[in-house]
Amino acid sequence: MFESCADPSLLSGFDWLSCYLTTGKHMGFYVSFGVVLLLLAVVVPFALLFGFAGAAASRARFWPISILGKAYSSIVRGVPDIAFFLFFVIALDQMFEYTRHRILCPDWAEPVRQGNDFVVCDAAKLPLNASPQWVHETYGFFLAVLTFAIVYGAFTAQVLYGAMRAVPHAQIETAEAYGMSHTQAFWRILVPQMWVYALPGLGNLWMILIKATPLLFLLGIEDIVYWARELGGTKSAKFSAYPHGDWRMYYFGALLVFYLSLTWVSEKVLDRLMRRLSRGQATAAGDAMRKVAP
Amino acid sequence: MSCIQTIADYGLRSIGIGERLLPRADFTLCQQFTLIGSGMIWNIYFGLLALVFGFFLATAVALGKGSRHWLIRKPSEWFIFLFRGSPLFIQFFFAYFSFLSLKSVHPLFDPLSAAWLGALIVLFLNTSAYSAEIFFGALKSIPRGDLEAADAYGFTGWHRFRKITWPTMLRLAWPAYTNEAIFLFHATTLVFFSGFPAWQQRGDALYYASYFADKTFNPFIPYPILAFFFILLTLTVIGIYGQVNKRLNRHLPEARRRRLKIRPNLIR
Repeated sequence: MFESCADPSLLSGFDWLSCYLTTGKHMGFYVSFGVVLLLLAVVVPFALLFGFAGAAASRARFWPISILGKAYSSIVRGVPDIAFFLFFVIALDQMFEYTRHRILCPDWAEPVRQGNDFVVCDAAKLPLNASPQWVHETYGFFLAVLTFAIVYGAFTAQVLYGAMRAVPHAQIETAEAYGMSHTQAFWRILVPQMWVYALPGLGNLWMILIKATPLLFLLGIEDIVYWARELGGTKSAKFSAYPHGDWRMYYFGALLVFYLSLTWVSEKVLDRLMRRLSRGQATAAGDAMRKVAP
Repeated sequence: MSCIQTIADYGLRSIGIGERLLPRADFTLCQQFTLIGSGMIWNIYFGLLALVFGFFLATAVALGKGSRHWLIRKPSEWFIFLFRGSPLFIQFFFAYFSFLSLKSVHPLFDPLSAAWLGALIVLFLNTSAYSAEIFFGALKSIPRGDLEAADAYGFTGWHRFRKITWPTMLRLAWPAYTNEAIFLFHATTLVFFSGFPAWQQRGDALYYASYFADKTFNPFIPYPILAFFFILLTLTVIGIYGQVNKRLNRHLPEARRRRLKIRPNLIR
C-alpha cells in the first residue's frame, strides 16, 4: 500500500509491521469486521419482525395459530442453536431450489433426490452457475441473515410474548370499555406499552446475538474467524512476502478484544436506554428514579 | 446388517471402541441413530465435568465479586467480564491456538491441545463465569433478615456461610442455574467445530450429525435425530435439577417455593 513497502524483506520492526498490516488480504480482514456489523444491523429488524409475528400468533384466539406461534417460540429451547444453523442453511437452500425447480422446469422427469445427491435443473440452481462471484457471496449472506432471523426470531418471540403479558390487564380492559375493538386495543394500547417490559429481555438478546456472530463461519461466510485462521497460519518465505510463524493465537486474541469492546459498549448504551425509558413509568425502576429526584 | 449388530459396532464408536471406519454409503436410519447417540457421550462428558468443577469455582468467584476488598473483587469482576463478554466460539479458538503454542514449549502441555482436556478447561472456565454471575445475583438478594438472624444466633465465619448464606444463595439461584446447565450442554456441541480436532473421527453428536448431512446432502434426517437426543438430555437435566430444587426448598411452605422456569436466555 505504501511506497516504502515495495520490498518487505528489507524492512524490520515497526515499518515491517505497518506494511504487513496494510496488505490487500488484511484489508479483506478489516472489511469482514464490517460484515459482522452489517449482519447485526440487518438481522435485528428481521428478528424483531419474526419475533413480533410469533408473539402475536401465540396470543391469537384461533387455537391452530396460537399453537403454531408457541411451537415456533419454544422449539429453540431444547435443541442447540448451532444445530439449527447447520440445518437451516442447507434446508432453506434446498427449499428455494426445489420451489424454483417446480416452477421453472415443470417437465423434469427424474426425482430430485437421487441417492446422496440433490439434483435440480440448471435453470433452478441458486445462484445460477454463470453468476458472478459477488452474487454467490450475497446469496450466502442472505441465507445466513434468514437463518439468524429465524433462530433469534424465536427467542425474540418469547421475550415479546412475556412483555405483552406484563402490560397490566386493566389497560386493555379500559380500552375495551372505551369501545375499542380487540385489534385497536392491541395496536394502540398494548404495543406502545410493552417495550419497556421487553427492553431488558431484548438487551439480553442483543448481547446473545453479538456473541453468535462468529457462527457465520460455520455457514460458510468469509467472516472474521475465516480471515483470522487464514492470515494467522504459518507463512513461509516461499509463498508470502511477509513470512511469519503461527500467529493465529494473536489474531484470535484480537477478535476476543473486538468482541469484549463491542459487548462493553452495548452494555453501557443499554443501561442508558433503560434509564431513559424507565423515566415516568409505573415500574420499580421508574419509582426509584422518582425517589432519587429532589 | 441388523440393527443390533450396528449398535454393537458403532454404539461406542465416539470413544474408540468398535468398528474403526465410519459408514461411507447407503446410510441406514439405525446407523445414524446409533452414531449420533454415541456422540452424545462426549456432550455429556464435557457438560457434566464442566458443571461439577465449575460449581466450586463459580461459588468462589461469586464470593470474590461480593468481597469488600478490591484486590479480590477486581480480578473476579474481570474474570466474569472476560468470559461472559466474548463468544465461546472465539474462546475455543483462542485457547486452542494458545495451547498449540504452549505445546512447542514443553511436551508436558501436549494433552491441552486435545479436545478431552483443552475444551473441557475452556468450558469449565466459561460456565464458572456464567454461574458466578448468577450466584452473585443470588448472594445480593439474600434477605437481610436471614443474615441478621444468623448474627443474632452467634453464627460467624465459615459456619455462618455454610449454614445460612450458601444454602440461601443456592436456593435463590437454582432456577437460573438450571438454565445455565441446559445451555452449557448445548454449548458443548461447539467443541469440534472450533479448532479442536476430532481425533480418528471421534466426535460429539453434532459432529456425526453434520457428517451425515454432508454425505447425504439431506439435513432432514440427522438433525431431527440430534434434536431428539438433545430434548431427551434437556428433560433429564430439568428432572435432576428439579429434584435438587425441591430439596433446597423443602423447609418452605408450599406457596413460597420458587418454581423452576425454563427460559432460553443464555447462549454464549
